[in-house]
Amino acid sequence: MYWKELMHQCNEIGIGSLGIVVIISAFMGAVSALQTAYQLVSPVIPMSTVAQIVRDTVILEFAPTLVCIVLAGVVGSKIASELGNMRVSEQIDALEIMGINTKAYLVLPKILAAVIVIPLLVVVSAALGIYGGQLASTTAGILSPQQYETGLLQYFQPYNVFFALVKAYTFAFLISSIPAYYGYHVEGGALEIGRASTKAVVVSCVSILGADYVLAALLLH
Amino acid sequence: MIEVKNIKKGFGERTVLNGVSVTMQAGKCNLIIGASGSGKTVFMKSMVGLLVPDEGEICYNEKDFNKLNNEEKKEIRQQIGMLFQGSALFDSLTVEQNVMFPLNMFTKDTYAKKLKRVNEVLERVKLKDVNRKFPAELSGGMKKRVGIARAIVLNPKYLFVDEPNSGLDPQTSLVIDKLVKEITTEYDITTVVNTHDMNSVMEIGDHIIFMFQGKKEWEGSNKEIIFNKNERLNEFIFASDFLKDAKDMRMLEQTGKINNDRDMDKLLKG
Repeated sequence: MYWKELMHQCNEIGIGSLGIVVIISAFMGAVSALQTAYQLVSPVIPMSTVAQIVRDTVILEFAPTLVCIVLAGVVGSKIASELGNMRVSEQIDALEIMGINTKAYLVLPKILAAVIVIPLLVVVSAALGIYGGQLASTTAGILSPQQYETGLLQYFQPYNVFFALVKAYTFAFLISSIPAYYGYHVEGGALEIGRASTKAVVVSCVSILGADYVLAALLLH
Repeated sequence: MIEVKNIKKGFGERTVLNGVSVTMQAGKCNLIIGASGSGKTVFMKSMVGLLVPDEGEICYNEKDFNKLNNEEKKEIRQQIGMLFQGSALFDSLTVEQNVMFPLNMFTKDTYAKKLKRVNEVLERVKLKDVNRKFPAELSGGMKKRVGIARAIVLNPKYLFVDEPNSGLDPQTSLVIDKLVKEITTEYDITTVVNTHDMNSVMEIGDHIIFMFQGKKEWEGSNKEIIFNKNERLNEFIFASDFLKDAKDMRMLEQTGKINNDRDMDKLLKG
């Protein structure tokens, strides 16, 4: 196992994607709080339910799925183009000739790093989404911070966190392995690298949506 | 010693190598020449194990490379250095890190010892003050020299060089050719060069193999190539009228029919 390369990839994928994850998570929580409050017009439903709905939608869907779709674009295209460029410029051949197992050196650390780091990003995203919801709803005067906290603790099911993590691990594997496959097997030149990168992102996104449905059908009964 | 025995390789319906047998001379510069599409690259990739031939054997010290287990293959691969057509330097690493890469992978030396070796080989290829530069900051000739430095850093027994002069000006090409020749002699390694540059053939070709449509068409030295009688080889090496005239003059010179510049001038005008 190439530990140094694994650490490098953890840094590239984790720290490299942190900025975009922070931005989309905070806005996604904020917008979902405002839109839920807008739709919740019944006088019999307490406004603290807004926090409960934000919490569950963020944990169950927004944090794992939306963030992973964005990461499929950011991380997936990077993996596919990096490996594609290495293939086209004979850098992979150079490693092979040195007697290095290129799949173990180039592909495996990327997949492992994604599987380690992406679930952590999803956890960060969920926390930020919930906080973004609180910030938006209190700023807009929809809820007080106390009401939001009360709503957050209502009917909380820890299983939802488990479900979100199962999704995060599954999507992390898809986000890294599909682009690695397309990048590693590029043939041709710059044009083919671009095509492989685009194809990798499209296939990753569709696979995430498919896996999302399958996991929901299997685990949410 | 590298011995290639009757190798065949095809891709789908297309046969690229059709029974090539050749022995690469140890401690010499072995040149594979031929037109584009003659199978040179596939031949070289088969020799270094990047492609597996459909039939035949590639023997390193009488052991068929493709029948070895992974550990034995790895051992032989560590004795191979290769300079690629585009140099194949790792973009994200500096020159120093590129050259140190094989040492990091296969030795347990201290950083100081590895750095000393890196500086030695960089000096050998006449590169100075480039340790901290990235490949993108180097010229084509410098990249080739870094590629050579990386290829020889582990003291290989075999050096494979794919199109060393592609994309280089004639003067830099000569520098690279000279360097390849010097390293072959100095390190006593078996060098195999894939080229269609006639300058290289004449400068460094101790042993030349001419490939034509996936077969070995001719074999000899750079001294024999001028006077060869093989039509296909002559068509390839004396492609232009200028080179044909030059060959005629050389032959006349050898046979004593012309012996001074005035005669040559007359011949050219006539």
